[in-house]
Amino acid sequence: MKKIFYILIVFLFKINFAYSLIEVDITRGNLDPLPIAVSPLHVDPQSENYQDNKIKELGKLISSVVEKNFSSTGLFNPLNKDAFVQKPDIAHLKPRFEDWRLITAQALVTGKLLIKDEKLKIEFRLWDVAANKEMIALAFTTTPANWRRVAHIISDKIYERLTGETGYFDTRIIYVSETGPRTQRVKKLAIMDQDGENTKYLTLGNELVLTPRFNPTNQLVTYLSYFRNLPRVYLLDIETGIQEVVGNFPGMTFAPRFSPDGKKIIMSFAKNGNSDIYTMDLESRLVEKITEDSSIDTSPSYSPDGKYIVFNSDRSGLQQIYTMKSDGSGVKRISFGNGLYGTPVWSPRGDLIAFTKVKGGKFYIGVMRADGSGERLLTENFYQEAPSWSPNGRLLVFYRETKAGKNGKGFTAKLWSIDITGYNERELKTETDASDPSWSSLLSK
Amino acid sequence: MKFDKNIKNILIILITTLALSACAAGKKSGVGTSNDVYTGKDTIEYLATGVKDRVFFATNKSSLTTASRDTLRKQASWMRKNKNLNVVLEGHGDERGTREYNLALAEKRANAARDYLLTYGISGKRISVISYGKEKPVNSASTPLSWSQNRRSVTVKTK
Repeated sequence: MKKIFYILIVFLFKINFAYSLIEVDITRGNLDPLPIAVSPLHVDPQSENYQDNKIKELGKLISSVVEKNFSSTGLFNPLNKDAFVQKPDIAHLKPRFEDWRLITAQALVTGKLLIKDEKLKIEFRLWDVAANKEMIALAFTTTPANWRRVAHIISDKIYERLTGETGYFDTRIIYVSETGPRTQRVKKLAIMDQDGENTKYLTLGNELVLTPRFNPTNQLVTYLSYFRNLPRVYLLDIETGIQEVVGNFPGMTFAPRFSPDGKKIIMSFAKNGNSDIYTMDLESRLVEKITEDSSIDTSPSYSPDGKYIVFNSDRSGLQQIYTMKSDGSGVKRISFGNGLYGTPVWSPRGDLIAFTKVKGGKFYIGVMRADGSGERLLTENFYQEAPSWSPNGRLLVFYRETKAGKNGKGFTAKLWSIDITGYNERELKTETDASDPSWSSLLSK
Repeated sequence: MKFDKNIKNILIILITTLALSACAAGKKSGVGTSNDVYTGKDTIEYLATGVKDRVFFATNKSSLTTASRDTLRKQASWMRKNKNLNVVLEGHGDERGTREYNLALAEKRANAARDYLLTYGISGKRISVISYGKEKPVNSASTPLSWSQNRRSVTVKTK
């Protein structure tokens, strides 16, 4: 298992007697990003005046959403549009590849859009500039209000074609929005598109809310709420806004997560100073106790096949990471490095477990294999924790807090993401301070 | 069982009292910490004259110190005198631990205080417990002193 995990995607196209290729090496982050030209989508002149005139700008808007997605990966370098010579409609029909090669583009995205019967029709193509070939051509029909989602789906299709990995742009992130002084922090559930757009607040801030997590199969969210000052795990349907408490526990339930099939919630229940792990089946409402130990057992997370659970426990004295079978048998400690380990979360690919490590007064986000081997620390900071995986298992989103001065001066909490290679560490801009992010599955599958 | 526990507690008190008198000379008064536990007077409020409302803990620990036991015994005696009073014990942690672990740890801290009050004859019906994890710091600076003030269990009158 010492082998480095390399994925090289190579596209071969025969041109005369030579071969050309575009390759995006996703294991090396931003060292050598692929130059890509995203032409503004051509807007059909007859659709320009549809309703509020906004359609006229939509071609540019969509291409800039796609570009922003690409540059955020660190794998692509979207080229400056000022250098584009060919008009969008002509390029979409048949690019003059030599013009695009001149500005060093290796891949080209073109498209057009029009309004027909109140529907937005969008077409796009991805071209291999070096090989003079079309790589994808796709068309979408949707309501005009949905244009952002189309931009994300286009980004996903291109990302998938060029890297061989599933995309993650047509996704959302749920998190806890934080405002006010630290001693009277107001926390609300908030949700945004993965690129920071479309922020919506799902609770009013009347009660403390923590640790929202997406159901991997639908738009349900589970989280901890202090409604009526009773800390309990809740279930929230983001579409309908309906909330319900999970189970009928006579004490605090917390640290909830869904099972990979979305049918169960796994969480901790604290009673008389002892926290153990429980599951509740959402359909039958059957509650099962999974761990039975006098130590603190919390932060459970299922393996993607649902057969195993990873969690943290201080049964050895201090917080460490353990795995067990989903029925609670076969408990095995997997973290053995110096320091404390918490918030383990299993990658949707199954290969890695992400965690928070505390060592020497610093906080690290890291990954290890499911047997605890191959530990790699990706980022070090004053305070950071709670990694959550992108649905393709290539990125982690987490939150980071700064050191506060007197009376909490200078304190901030922000969302950050990092590639599992350790490259491309970036802040995810949020309207307010933010913590406890959870990444959704792809909205369109 | 209960008898055993009482004996054990009394023994612990004896042992820790001896330990305390041995090192009392080296202890700072007013502000500061001793063995990672806050020993100052800031942030403390009083439930009645001489009855402190809170006890403090070491990092990642939920065990009660001698000073904490003394505070809790005074709380127990105050509760015995005021039979209609109920309390909620609010457990807290500092910002230097992961959120979920802190929720569990703070619950354990508040329960350590509860268990001690029970051994002094206070009915469990009069005591409820809530954990706030690291969500409600009393001191929001990022310093070891503020962290020690935040690792606490606070006894709050409910009625």
